[in-house]
Order: sequence, then C-alpha cells, then structure tokens
Amino acid sequence: MVKYGEIALKGLNKSTFEDILTKNIKRRLKALGDFTYFRRQSTIYVTPESEVDMDEVVKRLSYIFGIGAIQRSAVFPKDFAVVAENAKEYLRDALEGAKTFKVEAKRADKKFPMQTPEIQQELGGVVLSAFPYLKVDVHQPEVTVRLEIRDNGAYLSAQRIVGAGGMPVGSSGKALLMLSGGIDSPVAGYMMAKRGLVVDCIHYVSPPYTSERARMKVEALAERMTDYCGDIKFYCVPFTELQEALRDNCPEEYFTVLMRRLMVKIANKICDRDGYGAIITGESVAQVASQTLTALYCTNEAAEYPVFRPVIGMDKKEIIDISRKIDTYETSTLPYEDCCTVFSPKHPKTKPRIEDIRAAEASFDFDALVEKAVAETEIKRFRCGERTIDLFD
Amino acid sequence: MIYLDNAATTKPCAEAVAAVTDTMRECFGNASSLHRLGIESEKVISAARRVLLSKLGEGELYFTSGATESNNTAIYGVVQTYRRNGNRIVTTAMEHPAVANPIARLEEEGCEVVRLSPKDHEDFEQAIADAVDAKTVLVSCMAVNNETGYTVDVKRLYKLVKRKNEKTVVHIDAVQGFLKVPLDGDLISISGHKIHGPKGIGALYVKKGIRFTPLLLGGGQQKKQRSGTEPVELIAGLAAAVKSYRGSAERFAQLKEHLVAALSGLEGVTFNSTDKCVPNIVNFSIKGVRSEIMLHSLEQQEIYVSSGSACSKGKTSGVLAAFGVSDKDADSAIRVSMCADTTEEELDILVENIRKGIERFRR
Repeated sequence: MVKYGEIALKGLNKSTFEDILTKNIKRRLKALGDFTYFRRQSTIYVTPESEVDMDEVVKRLSYIFGIGAIQRSAVFPKDFAVVAENAKEYLRDALEGAKTFKVEAKRADKKFPMQTPEIQQELGGVVLSAFPYLKVDVHQPEVTVRLEIRDNGAYLSAQRIVGAGGMPVGSSGKALLMLSGGIDSPVAGYMMAKRGLVVDCIHYVSPPYTSERARMKVEALAERMTDYCGDIKFYCVPFTELQEALRDNCPEEYFTVLMRRLMVKIANKICDRDGYGAIITGESVAQVASQTLTALYCTNEAAEYPVFRPVIGMDKKEIIDISRKIDTYETSTLPYEDCCTVFSPKHPKTKPRIEDIRAAEASFDFDALVEKAVAETEIKRFRCGERTIDLFD
Repeated sequence: MIYLDNAATTKPCAEAVAAVTDTMRECFGNASSLHRLGIESEKVISAARRVLLSKLGEGELYFTSGATESNNTAIYGVVQTYRRNGNRIVTTAMEHPAVANPIARLEEEGCEVVRLSPKDHEDFEQAIADAVDAKTVLVSCMAVNNETGYTVDVKRLYKLVKRKNEKTVVHIDAVQGFLKVPLDGDLISISGHKIHGPKGIGALYVKKGIRFTPLLLGGGQQKKQRSGTEPVELIAGLAAAVKSYRGSAERFAQLKEHLVAALSGLEGVTFNSTDKCVPNIVNFSIKGVRSEIMLHSLEQQEIYVSSGSACSKGKTSGVLAAFGVSDKDADSAIRVSMCADTTEEELDILVENIRKGIERFRR
C-alpha cells in the first residue's frame, strides 16, 4: 500500500498528480517483475503478479517523491477468522526477532461487523498466543501490527516505512542543476526534485587542468542522485578555453565571480534550447568568497532564469546530514579537483562591484567562446537506480 | 601511445601473457591434490620458484598476492618471531606505504621506530647501520625508491648491519630494485607487475635460517608459511616475465642521459633524481607548472607519466621531502620511468610536449 504524501491535500488537480506518481512508480518497479496497480482512498495498491524481491520493491518505493508511507501488507477477505488463521504465518518474519509489539486497527469499511477496539483486542490475543514471548507495549513497540479493513479487503501488515515525501518528480516542470563535485549541489538537486522538479545536471570540465577522474566522480554523483530524481540528463561542458581566456584577459581577483557568470551564461543557453524553467545551484551564503551577498548578486545578474538555491540558508552540517542520507557524501568527499579551483585567485574580491565585473568582461569577446562551449557540450543519460561508475578510493 | 610510467606498472610481456593463458588452459589442477593434475601444477610452481631463486640466491621463496602482502608478512612476521631480540625497528623516511604503514602500526603497538632520510646522510648505508643497536629486531629498507630511483647499496647495507648486530633481521623491499640492482637481505619482497608480469602475484624471498610467523592461516600451503591455493597461472606468468626480462642498466643509462640532456634545455627544470639513482627512473620538477596539469596535458597526447607514486592518487606523498625536495618542487614533480622498449624518439616527443606545456601553463 503506497500512501500519498502532500498530494492527498490537493484539490481538483489531484488526479494529475496521482497519474504522475503512478507512472513514476511503474517506471521504477518495471525491472523487478509484473505488478498490477489500482488507486483508491489516497492509496495506490501495488500487487506483485510474479515472484519478486519485495525488499527491493519497498526500497525503491522509499526513494520516490510524492509517497507519504509504504505499508507492506498481505491481503485477506474481510473475515476476521481468515485473518486470524493466517496471521501467525505472515507475521513470523517480523515478530521472531522482536520483544514488544502493539496492534493498530483501522476500519474504513464501516459495514465490517467488529468495531476497531474489538479488532485490536482480538488480533492482539491471536498474536500473543502465536508468539508467547512477546509483550505488549503501546508506547514504543518494536513492531506495530496493523490491520486495515478497507473497501477491497483486509490488509495485515507489520512493516510501515516513511516515504520520501514531497511531490512526484515531473509534476512541477524541469530545471537544470549546476553540479560540481562538492557536497552541496547534489543536495540542492535532491531538494528541488523533492518539490516535483525533473532535475537534469550541467557540469563544467577543464582538461588538462581537471582530470578524467574528477569528471567520473561527478558522473558517479549524478548516478547516485537518480535514486531520488529519476532519470538524469547530464550536460558536460568543455570549459578550458573560457578559463584560459579569463586568466589571460581579466584581473585575477575577479576570476571566481567571472567564471561563475560564464557558467550561468552557458546554463541560460541550454535552458533556452532544451526548455528548462530554472537553474539550481548549491550555493549557501558565506561558505566561500563567491557566496557573499555581493558576489551572489553579481553571479545572479548573469542569469536569465530563476535561480533556485535550496541550501542557501543551511549550515554545512545540515547539508552533510542530507548528503549522507542520499548517499552522495562519500563520493562528494573523494579528493579529485574540479574546475572551480583551477586558477582560483589567492585573494578573491569578496565584495565585487557589478560595474567592475562588467568592465572586466568587456575586455574580451567571451560570447563567441560561450556559444562554442554550448555547441560542444556532451550529453549523457543516467537511468534511474543504475550504477555503472564505482569509484573506490 | 608513449608509456613512461613503468614504475607504477608495466605492460605484461608476451611471454607472461602466454604463460598465464597456457597454464590456465592446460594446468588448472590444485597443487595440493594428490592426483596427477595436482602434481603437474606443483611442478610448474617448483620450476617458477627455481627461476626466481636463481636471481635472488639460496633460500626459500614464498609466492604472495603481491609486494604489499610480502612486506606485511616480512615485517609483522619477523617482529613477532624475534621479539625477544628487542623492539627497535630501523627504517627510512622514503619507504612505500606498504612498508611504512605496517611499521607505523607496530610503533603504535609499542615498538621504537627510527626513520632516516637520505638527505641527512652522506653515507646512507652506514647511517642505517649506525642506528642499529643491541635491541634492534628489524631493519627494513627499500633497495630502490619508487619516486626518485634513489638506490641503497643493499649488499653493503646487509654486511654493515650484520657487523653491528648479527641478530638484527634485514628486510629489503625490492619492488623497484629486482632485476635492476644487486640484492641481499634476510627477506626480500618482489612484485610481478613491475617487471612485465601479471598483477596480483609477488614473492617473498627468505634466507636460510630466518623464520617468520605467517600472516595468513589456512590450508597450510607453501610449508604452512603462506596458506591459500597457489595461483599456478600467475606464478607461471611471473616466472616467464623474470626469464624474459630485457631491461639493462647500460641501455637505461643511455636513455637517461638522452632525457636529462633534452630536459636541461628547458627553462626551470630541476632534477630530483641524482647520480645515486637507477637510470630507468628520472624525477624532475618544472618550475611554475603543477604536476597534475602537466600530467593531464601529456595524457591528452597519449603520453603517460606520473606525478608521484601512483598509489597515492593525487595526494602528495611526502616521500620527496626525504630527499630534501621542497613542497613547491614536489608539487610540480614529474616522474618518468622507462622500460626496455623505451626509445630516444619517444623521449624527444615527451620533451617537446613538456616544452609546449610549459609555455601554456607556466604561471
């Protein structure tokens, strides 16, 4: 039983969101076997029709945005005697290693002859006689046994997992994430995907200043992000010429801001061409010199699309906690250098003025090189849940 | 492709490849089996052992998974067996992590460790021997340093140490020195893939009368000293590589002379390898160009060199400091390591590309 998160609260357009969520679930589970799906009462019932690895099913579902909870259940006819007869067998796996439990019943079908407290008591008795070593603990049970009497059957379960929450990916449009090798940008992408955006990634490489391994690291990050974000399109922009032009033509103290503006300008063009509605970055106020208010202003000024910065007000520790949760932290902390540190000035201007930045940019025809970089951008696709890159240090 | 990173690993020679595949096809028995197939494998292993011992001298030879295992076995095994002789270990500051880290572990466990740097001593062999005292259980020293090619005269070192304390056991990490310089030691570690053999195979030579506690316990193969079914095919590949090794000091000296002359024509190149280094490794620093950038730009031309030790993947190893190389020079150090197939033409192409790189990257 896949229970809705936020979309349960939606009004007239709820079914649009339900359709997208159902489609996302189908895509993720397709490779695991055959399933049937039906929707009722803010729940999608996913029923395996062949031999499938249900642990893997639950795991994959737990990554899908739009889901509030996942309840792994066995379905029986709405007859308490039948449920009681099968309970021991079905619950053994969950209860064999436990010491305490409680029973929670829900009676959505009011025609069911027993009342909720009665169901709870009776089922509690059945469990206790089957597993006499168990103790009831209504406050902090190790296992909660649930029986839901719904329109279409009696659902017995011992496993309920909190879902990923948020809105189904694809329900809010698509945006382009500026993905570096660091900790913050994958987290930013995850957070925006959670709001229903399709998140594709743009990354800038500067060989020979950056290595093949640095690029592989970022690709590995994108691949890990697909668990939550679904399929990801990965734009890899050749950035060497632009960086060398910066070095040769502009004052060193402005490198970082100028570089970030060039990155944004390239992102603008990709957004134009491929229909993205926003740019996402992992910027967080005051982390580094390019993230002071004035520097952010100068970078932002180059953008022609809304720039989403979901981690802007977060502490490093909060960001790290999320990156651990989404399994990008270890990859992010591999040592390979990315293009952001190439030619990084010893003393960057922390309060650049936009007039000075514009003047520095005017010293060279960057637009031609920006066009060239866009034209030579490589596109890769990473499929949801796939792992093809394994960097182990 | 121009491959000049032979100190990291070498291209397997045709003889080794043939030996591995032939053995896999025709001689797959478990050497411990009582039947004929087992005996055939055992014969391959014995023959390989003789080939290696012919290069190392009289003693025992154990096949291992590589030099890391050989070094760990030698260091832990000797210290455990001979702990009554004392708990002092004398080693150098230029060792590979496969020696340095086991010794650091023993230090944490209470051993006293002395680490000497070549930069501090005119006569390094004598300095090591001088550091040996009555309670020194082990001397562990590499024959040839992997980053600079710096060579210790280990035959002399062995004599000097034994004269100081005949009970002190001498372990030599000869990963870079095997087949290149004369060797002597109570235990000697070697590796297959540095001499055009397969990866995943190495050996530990042990002089007669020297004992060590085995690292791996199991089925008791190799006289109970190294358990685990012997990888016959890799052993055959290692022996084939040894037999067909074609590197010669004279040829390497010619190549080094050619390379050094060409590099000397470039501005701001200083050499970290000296005359006390093997001629197949040349380490130099290029002022104002970070090694990784130079390495990747050479890579774009399909020229492969190293910026330091390949095992340290981008992290500065600190070993160059033991030779008195400044941090700045270490950060711009390039290591060129040659093999018997290296040609003067290849070195010329390398130097030409370095020259272009300096123009583009020097800051």
